[in-house]
Amino acid sequence: MVQMINVSKVYENSGTVAAGGIDIEIADGEFAFLVGPSGSGKTTLIKLLTGEVKPTDGEIIVNGFDLGKIKPRKLPYMRRTLGVVFQDFRLIEDKTVYENVAFAMRVVGAGKKEVNKRVPYVLDLVGLDGRENRYPMELSGGEQQRVAIARALVNSPRLIIADEPTGNLDPVKSLELMLLLEKINELGTTILVVTHEKELVNSFSKRVVAIDAGLVVSDGMGGYYSYGIDE
Amino acid sequence: MALMNKIGYLFKEGFRSVFTHGFMSFASVTILIACLLIMGCFALLAVNINSLISYYESQNEMLAFVDETLSEEQARAIEQHLLAIPNVREVDFISREQAYEDYRNDYGEDEVIFEEIQSDTFRHRYVIYLEDIAFMGETQIDVDQTEGIAETSAMLQIAQGFVRLRNIVSGVSLILVVTLFLVSIFIMSNTVKLTTFSRREEIAIMRMVGATNSFIRTPFIIEGLALGVLGAAAAFFAQWGIYTLVSDSIMSGIAGNLVTVVPYDTLMLPVGGVFLAMGVFVGFFGGGMAIRNYLKV
Repeated sequence: MVQMINVSKVYENSGTVAAGGIDIEIADGEFAFLVGPSGSGKTTLIKLLTGEVKPTDGEIIVNGFDLGKIKPRKLPYMRRTLGVVFQDFRLIEDKTVYENVAFAMRVVGAGKKEVNKRVPYVLDLVGLDGRENRYPMELSGGEQQRVAIARALVNSPRLIIADEPTGNLDPVKSLELMLLLEKINELGTTILVVTHEKELVNSFSKRVVAIDAGLVVSDGMGGYYSYGIDE
Repeated sequence: MALMNKIGYLFKEGFRSVFTHGFMSFASVTILIACLLIMGCFALLAVNINSLISYYESQNEMLAFVDETLSEEQARAIEQHLLAIPNVREVDFISREQAYEDYRNDYGEDEVIFEEIQSDTFRHRYVIYLEDIAFMGETQIDVDQTEGIAETSAMLQIAQGFVRLRNIVSGVSLILVVTLFLVSIFIMSNTVKLTTFSRREEIAIMRMVGATNSFIRTPFIIEGLALGVLGAAAAFFAQWGIYTLVSDSIMSGIAGNLVTVVPYDTLMLPVGGVFLAMGVFVGFFGGGMAIRNYLKV
């Protein structure tokens, strides 16, 4: 569950107001899009949710962790309840597909037996069965993003945040990927997809939270266009 | 069991990184070897110069002439008093007959000189060897004040020259070794920083999936230690080879008649110890500190 109560973020060096009193609540098991034009504050919002930056004001609760008050040494434990997927995949180049996914389990202290059981299951779930021993460079963009999703999913997180996950994919692969995220959501994981791809958002009948200039300008079920946000 | 599993994984990752980042590992080890060798060569040169100076110092002696009114038995009795003087390492008694014989042996070809000289012209004497020739002046005063000693003769200027030379060599070698040590640390830390910079993405991913700082840091430290020990071992053997090559060529040449090179056997332990300590130090702190900036939230 994600709760942002009157959250603001002002970057001290530049004085930029990236968030100016945001209120968002995303319930467990929900699927939501976060949309907005470039510079609207989407990236800052993700950084706030992953604990990379602290809010200037307000309260952020992610999976029971109060991110405004969390101690640095507790942050890794909060991050273990999240899965994050990036536009540029962020895979470790010298590890195989299997190792990239297994690595996320090793980080949280999982044993070899557990890893050997869980990783093939997740790879199968994202459609990468048979690709275990390939290196990221040997895969297509869509496949690499599936590895990233498998890695985000492997520790059974309560929430997956996908930051522009289709940014480097063609429309067909983008749609496939969104369907995969929808499938994961149906299995019980909360999904927050940050994007500015209008057509993709409109293809799904999901909740859309639109932000602009660091403020929530609309929040409801339906398409992106209906809220009049334009890049 | 879970802890052992985790430790095993971290060690495996650390050692694996040595090979997966082969070029950077090679660069780090090569630079460490170069730094240790340069430092080692200077240090061993200083050790040899010091050893040479110490040898010549030990040959530097002082003469104490016994009062000529004393009998040989009385003169010999002074030995205990001389040995009790601080800084006196060893004394050799030379009777006037022995001194006469030595003199004849040295200048014997000119028999005319000895026509008028008999053994009673000479005095009983002591050759005195010192612990530290830096205090020759003070020791000479003490010997002078010993009952039964009439006069002393010491090459004070030569002794002071040796002391000055030793101090200069010690000072210069200390400055060089410390400077090279600092340069080595600087170069190594930059190399490790470069290695870490190339892996910042990997560190960011580790943080994002919930790795604790110690989990991220440990493989880097293990990798640093492995490279440090590897570099130290390679530098040790390279130093051995260079030293043997240089000392063999010195000993087989003309210089071999003038100088003695300290055998590497006696230097192995300190050289190995210092190299290993430096390798471990640079590896541990280099590996641990270089990623410090990437561990901030």
